[in-house]
Amino acid sequence: MNDTITLTRAPALDVSAIRAEFPILAQTVRGKKLVFLDSAASAQKPRAVIDAMKSAMETQYANVHRGLHWMSERTTDAYEAARAKVANLLNAPSPEQIVFTKNTTEAINLVAHAFSALLKPGQAVLISEMEHHANLIPWQMLRDRAGVPLRIAKITDAGELDMNSLESHLQSGDIGLVAITHMSNVLGTYTPAERIARLAHEHGARVLFDGSQAAVHRAVDVQAIGADFYVFTGHKLYGPTGIGVLYAKRDLLEAMPPFLGGGEMIGTVTYERATWAEIPHKFEAGTPPILEAIGLGAAIDFVQSIGFDAIAAHEAALTDHAIATLSTIPGLTIIGRAQDRGGVISFTMQNAHPHDIATLLDRAGIAVRAGHHCAEPLMRRLNLSGTARASFAIYSTHEEIDALATTLERIRSLFG
Amino acid sequence: MSVDIAADLYQQTILTHARHPLHRGRLDPADALARGENPLCGDDCEITLRYGNDGKIADIAFEGRGCAITLASADLMAALARGRAKPELEELAEKFETLARTGEPQPGLDTLSPFRGLADYPSRVKCATLPWAALLAALEGKTEATSE
Repeated sequence: MNDTITLTRAPALDVSAIRAEFPILAQTVRGKKLVFLDSAASAQKPRAVIDAMKSAMETQYANVHRGLHWMSERTTDAYEAARAKVANLLNAPSPEQIVFTKNTTEAINLVAHAFSALLKPGQAVLISEMEHHANLIPWQMLRDRAGVPLRIAKITDAGELDMNSLESHLQSGDIGLVAITHMSNVLGTYTPAERIARLAHEHGARVLFDGSQAAVHRAVDVQAIGADFYVFTGHKLYGPTGIGVLYAKRDLLEAMPPFLGGGEMIGTVTYERATWAEIPHKFEAGTPPILEAIGLGAAIDFVQSIGFDAIAAHEAALTDHAIATLSTIPGLTIIGRAQDRGGVISFTMQNAHPHDIATLLDRAGIAVRAGHHCAEPLMRRLNLSGTARASFAIYSTHEEIDALATTLERIRSLFG
Repeated sequence: MSVDIAADLYQQTILTHARHPLHRGRLDPADALARGENPLCGDDCEITLRYGNDGKIADIAFEGRGCAITLASADLMAALARGRAKPELEELAEKFETLARTGEPQPGLDTLSPFRGLADYPSRVKCATLPWAALLAALEGKTEATSE
């Protein structure tokens, strides 16, 4: 599997040097040193991103693609350079195949609207039991709006995608699109993207991967995977909020109708009708997130300068350490035991509700997430009302995991 | 590392009432039954109660699943509610919300003072007010409430 990278030759990662790049990590919370273990919700920002956005506003900013003046031309260059960086990050064949959106959610809504026009009557969308609401609700809305059936592939009790269930759905022959997470935001599970894409294609379906989590932790190669659509969001990749990415195959982008209408996305316009701009601009109505794209470009430069081999090795070591350490706490259950997993660890504790865990950890300066993690149906599937979740990033340390474990021990003694 | 994480909010009173509630259960028959749900976390709290001849609450119980804050709040509320009538409880519910939001002590709510620690945790206030929302719904003769 090419999407499982080899960790053996990975160069070491200098965590303290990396932490020095994130100004916020020097903050204290409730008088304690901040231990930020909620990066899967949104990651902190390195100085390079902050500076790139600040510098653009201070020295080089105007609207893009329309001004016949120096500032607009330079800003357009910077905006399009960010697109090229995203294309390089995903190994997309060309920058024209990168559409900037607001976030992953908007990217999936875009596909739900635009690609549905290419579905044949009766064709269904197939997702899995472990999708974030962002990859569930747009398809429910499409079903209710246009009658496109929604099917759900099962997961195993270990929290892996049940490939037999996926395949039997595909064998029904009426699946037009498979839309699956590349890494679960609750269970940490990586899905076998290449295998899913191959199976989908064998059965005449297209495939979309929600890379919100995956794209942060490992190198993603959309061509090696064979993805028809790949989406992710900037703010989890150490970039700003307000920018997401849709990668799609060229034939799809060209065949799909626009999603939103307005300025920027047109060819010529009369009162009667309009023609559409070339891709990707056809899908970028209105003034785009210019500063956010520049910030995302800086974030991509930042992670690529560290290298995904080093990032993946660091986070794998953290995850192993966390699983080993948390497993020794009596009454603590780690939810999700996938073979191939990333640095997102959901857990429950006997007698302690996830919200109590989160509040008590917060008192020690430790930030985790608690609740259903925008995956209510998955919680029901797991017979849980919620979990607490610790998630790791390039700046996370073994000491922070030890602090988490120590405080969880204290919480256990409080709740007995 | 001896951080006193349990200070303020998670005092012994709250932990004890959460772990060993005195009013947990379901009255059957009951004069009123209402269920409150916190849609954000899925926690719920059901209140059953019986009125005495004087129109005051003669007996009250709660059932449900929730965090320590919700469970302790339900238990302490039930203790407070017995022997009181609707107008007084509506007033206490309002005072309790003020206490939880601001941390200011409120007359008549001494037994609920541990919840003053919630002022530091605005997102947790609705955990504590959920049982009260269910109680108010039951007093109104409604069967459902949400903690908003």
